[in-house]
Amino acid sequence: MPDLPYLILPLWVLLFGFIASLFFWKYWKVQQALGLIFSALYLLAAGLLLVAVYQNDMLVLQIGNWPAPYGITLVADLFSAMLVLISAIITLAIVLYSIQDVSQSRKKKGFYPLLLIMLCGVCGSFLTGDIFNLYVWFEVMLVASFVLIVLGNDKAQLEGAVKYVILSFISSGFLLMGIGILYRLTGTLNMADLAMKIPSHPNQSGMTISAVFFFMGFGIKAALFPLFSWLPASYPTPPISVSALMAGLLTKVGVYAFIRFFTLLFVHNTALTHGFLLIVAGLTMFFGVLGAVAQNDFKKVLSFHIVSQIGYMIMGLALFTKWAIAGAIFYMAHHIIVKSNLFLISGIVKHINGHSLLIRLGGLYRHFPFVTLLFTISAFSLAGIPPLSGFWGKFILAKSGLESEQYFIVFVSLMVGLLTLFSMTKIWKHAFWSNTPEGEDMQLTQPQLFKNKYMLLVASLFLTVCTLWLSLYPDLALMLSQKASEQLLDPQVYIKKALNQ
Amino acid sequence: MNFIIALIIGILFTSSVFLMFQKSFFKLIIGVILFGYATIFFIFTLGGVTKDAPPLLSNAVDKIQDIADPLPQALTLTAIVISIGVQLFIIVLLKKVHEDVETEDLDDLNTTDSIQ
Repeated sequence: MPDLPYLILPLWVLLFGFIASLFFWKYWKVQQALGLIFSALYLLAAGLLLVAVYQNDMLVLQIGNWPAPYGITLVADLFSAMLVLISAIITLAIVLYSIQDVSQSRKKKGFYPLLLIMLCGVCGSFLTGDIFNLYVWFEVMLVASFVLIVLGNDKAQLEGAVKYVILSFISSGFLLMGIGILYRLTGTLNMADLAMKIPSHPNQSGMTISAVFFFMGFGIKAALFPLFSWLPASYPTPPISVSALMAGLLTKVGVYAFIRFFTLLFVHNTALTHGFLLIVAGLTMFFGVLGAVAQNDFKKVLSFHIVSQIGYMIMGLALFTKWAIAGAIFYMAHHIIVKSNLFLISGIVKHINGHSLLIRLGGLYRHFPFVTLLFTISAFSLAGIPPLSGFWGKFILAKSGLESEQYFIVFVSLMVGLLTLFSMTKIWKHAFWSNTPEGEDMQLTQPQLFKNKYMLLVASLFLTVCTLWLSLYPDLALMLSQKASEQLLDPQVYIKKALNQ
Repeated sequence: MNFIIALIIGILFTSSVFLMFQKSFFKLIIGVILFGYATIFFIFTLGGVTKDAPPLLSNAVDKIQDIADPLPQALTLTAIVISIGVQLFIIVLLKKVHEDVETEDLDDLNTTDSIQ
């Protein structure tokens, strides 16, 4: 491979895309074309990054050539590179979908530039190796997502946004205080340097206190129990393209930060911290899925599922064995793709019927067999039916739970899987299987859907193919997650590379 | 001195949480702003509060204990810029909500939470 700055390439692509589309503020068609071009380029850059990281174990860049603990460090290990690649896959699918989904008035108000800069924040959070820099990337991502969530000024959007914006602001405050305490105690902001200093620091209880602040900060962003109430209130409100992107990516940035912090930094007292995370993971799974069972709206059922699935990822982190973390990483990859796809399909259903209320839906199986096929694959994958991708994730997590002798959490996770299947069959029965209720008219027929809204199907098909690939050939993704998990559990390599020793 | 600052930070946090629990939009805005200030003041204080000691080192390396750490102050500047931006966004958002939903009671913003 030629010698290119692979580490910073994805960030450059997104930033250039953002700036370039700002120059064409009044020409939304140009912005749309630029969005498409730059999301394809981002996918290319992310693929190159993963290959480069796989060949070199880890890529490190000191910004401005300041020596390691003083300047800002960018680090890409396999875990971050995998997530960057998955975020790029999602972005391409969403941009394809948005061409025929997002209204013209929203596109005129800068949908594509906002999307690119939000992705820049997501990608930066994955790649940074400095805790204050992480806070700044989080803010880039959040501010762009605030605007995306209210873009168009629907009444529901505004109501949901109030909860989202204010709780995000509070979570940033907690994050900032955690960073402050950690800096006060150790005198450094570099993650690798912190990882070296925390285990031997005399004030161990101070470390645990700062871990609590980070738990609150990331917990709100990742929507853990009991901090998840903003998610089902705000995620179903914006246009589906925005919902799907946020559902797939934004909470997973919080989970990424959790895994990074609680494998690299806060491992001084795993019995306390990871034991607590295990309890929270069980509660998150359980209450998330109960919410999903109670809801009657397609998008709200899916929103509550995000919460319960976050529990699985945190469970993998809390078990803290090699296979458990590998399972959590695989589960993240699977979840981002499948969940975004389900949101995209709920958008197609909304285009067909004009709303997404389950009791008023029906007849999709008879009139739209192709949409039904797409939904079936993703829904069964989410519920964890073999041989689809969710099964592999849940299987690894349950197996490593049994090996760690945490029988109760395994029991909870399997029961939650059953309830997930139950709520999916609820959607299946109402929207797909039953006859169209009386007085309800479909606004499209299948030929019209193929003719006028084909981009929606292309985007969903693209993600379905990714799901099937992950389901039928899980070897590559499993091998990568296993290597990523080995890297996460052996922080010495990270410390050495990031500090240039 | 340090005790007074700790007390001020505590009062700021208490009053911000109290105001955010009220129903009125305006009290929510004030609460959010106070929360931002409290966080920033907290970080600022972590660098140490010293009098008449600019953080410029020449030969006085042995006096390093007496001067405040300038890095948290730099972090504070970044945090102020970001939090003021978000606070302005919140003010505009709540104004728009007030116009569109025609209410000034936070408890009325529950249509996205209800089960239909």
